Amino acid sequence: MSAAEEIRAAAAVWLAKRDRGEWSEEDQKALDAWLAESWSHTVAYWRLDAAWNRTDRLGALRQQKIETARPARAPVWPLVFRTAAALGFVAILGFAGTQFLHRQTATTRDYATAIGGRETITFADGSKIELNTDTAIRARMTTAERSIWLTRGEAYFDVKHDPAHPFVVYAAGRRITDLGTKFLVRRNAKTLEVALVKGSVRVGEGGGASRLLKPGDVAVASAESMVITRKSARELANELSWRDGVLVFDNAPLGEVASELNRYNRQKIVIANEDAAKLAVVGSFRTDDVQGFTDIVRAVFKLHVENEGNRIVISR
Amino acid sequence: MGETPDKARESADFSHRGAVIAAPGLHDWFVREVLPLEAQLMQFLRRTGRNKSDMDDLLQDIYVRVCEAAQKQRPHPVRPFVFAVARNLLIDRARREHIVSIEAVEDLDALNIAMDAPGPDQNVMAREELRRVQAALDRLPPRARQAVILRKVDGLSWREIAAAMGITEKTVNHHITDAMRALADMLYGEPPGSKP
Repeated sequence: MSAAEEIRAAAAVWLAKRDRGEWSEEDQKALDAWLAESWSHTVAYWRLDAAWNRTDRLGALRQQKIETARPARAPVWPLVFRTAAALGFVAILGFAGTQFLHRQTATTRDYATAIGGRETITFADGSKIELNTDTAIRARMTTAERSIWLTRGEAYFDVKHDPAHPFVVYAAGRRITDLGTKFLVRRNAKTLEVALVKGSVRVGEGGGASRLLKPGDVAVASAESMVITRKSARELANELSWRDGVLVFDNAPLGEVASELNRYNRQKIVIANEDAAKLAVVGSFRTDDVQGFTDIVRAVFKLHVENEGNRIVISR
Repeated sequence: MGETPDKARESADFSHRGAVIAAPGLHDWFVREVLPLEAQLMQFLRRTGRNKSDMDDLLQDIYVRVCEAAQKQRPHPVRPFVFAVARNLLIDRARREHIVSIEAVEDLDALNIAMDAPGPDQNVMAREELRRVQAALDRLPPRARQAVILRKVDGLSWREIAAAMGITEKTVNHHITDAMRALADMLYGEPPGSKP
């Protein structure tokens, strides 16, 4: 073995030990001391760690497959992910013939809400997760590890910080690491949004790099890029108003308001005219009150509202 | 900061000034700017006729020198600086080994070509990144590959991986550490799309 290979092997032992979990403060101190011994230790460890983080992308395979495996018209999302889904994504990777165990274990649990549903989960460590409408997560909360996969929808995290056990959220192929915090994660069709209310979080970028968010920062990430903008305390509060069962809009186009409400209701609002979709809406609405909303639209904007049962069509 | 001359002398690198404490942001800079150059560096080192373990040693020394310099001030632009470090290191080696040959000088000139070549796209698309990671995964030994899938796709704990594969956690450790090293070599040391 060359000198560099020996150092890489030692770095891999450290990284694996950390990956395994049950990582104590003494372990961290010992690692810090090893890294401080020389730059060659430090760079070898950084390099392996960055490559290992890049394989987090593989988590996207599970999400893709579960979403396509979902029955088209299932009224309620089953709480247990099916083994079929697991076998499906294994096939994607090309490992047909190899048996993989994939089941709910004592330490891994799945939670989901239906359309219009809302649920708060409180974990043994005191951390809380509030699931918004049509949302699914998988939680692995053990003494060693705290990992959450947001498979679909939107969730608000209130995390009890513990440096020895980082709290990590995986969503849309990205990794969000809590550094003591309250934050919102929302999956849209093409983007992932992370809004930081309190504390700090780190959001992973491609290639092992990451960005640190400050309170009020909102990161919007697509598959290719990530943009960070600032929101005022009021804008953030509006964004989180679903936690009280209401949606608050401050000058939002009617089309956007409709698609937001549609997330919460089976009866979908359709805006027939493009110019009607651009009308500005100010106000707050209950997430479950489509009727109340369309009554106001009819009265204020003088629009036609046609209830067709599974949808409500709004037109000029 | 306390001096530890004995340790520094023992270690095979260039740090003679006690404990290494990376400057803020250096890690992110190194991962973002320097590691993506590894495939080109390895390509260059290969052309100097070195064997794999020699190349690994040189690569490590390049990274160490780059970080030591960047600790005080981040070089800009990064790529010419990194390749200049590689060049100087090779000259030092050649001098020490008394083998300053005409070939070596020619190879150093070839370096300038590598510097002009377009660099790896820093914003590799997520899908492309997933494809690359999958391709690397496919080339791991079967058992190591299975352990990585159970860990990264299924999110199983080590104990659960051991149970699922019918092996001890010690063997899981063996597979994971092997996978970590091989994945770093493939994801950083090889150009995208390269076949074994």
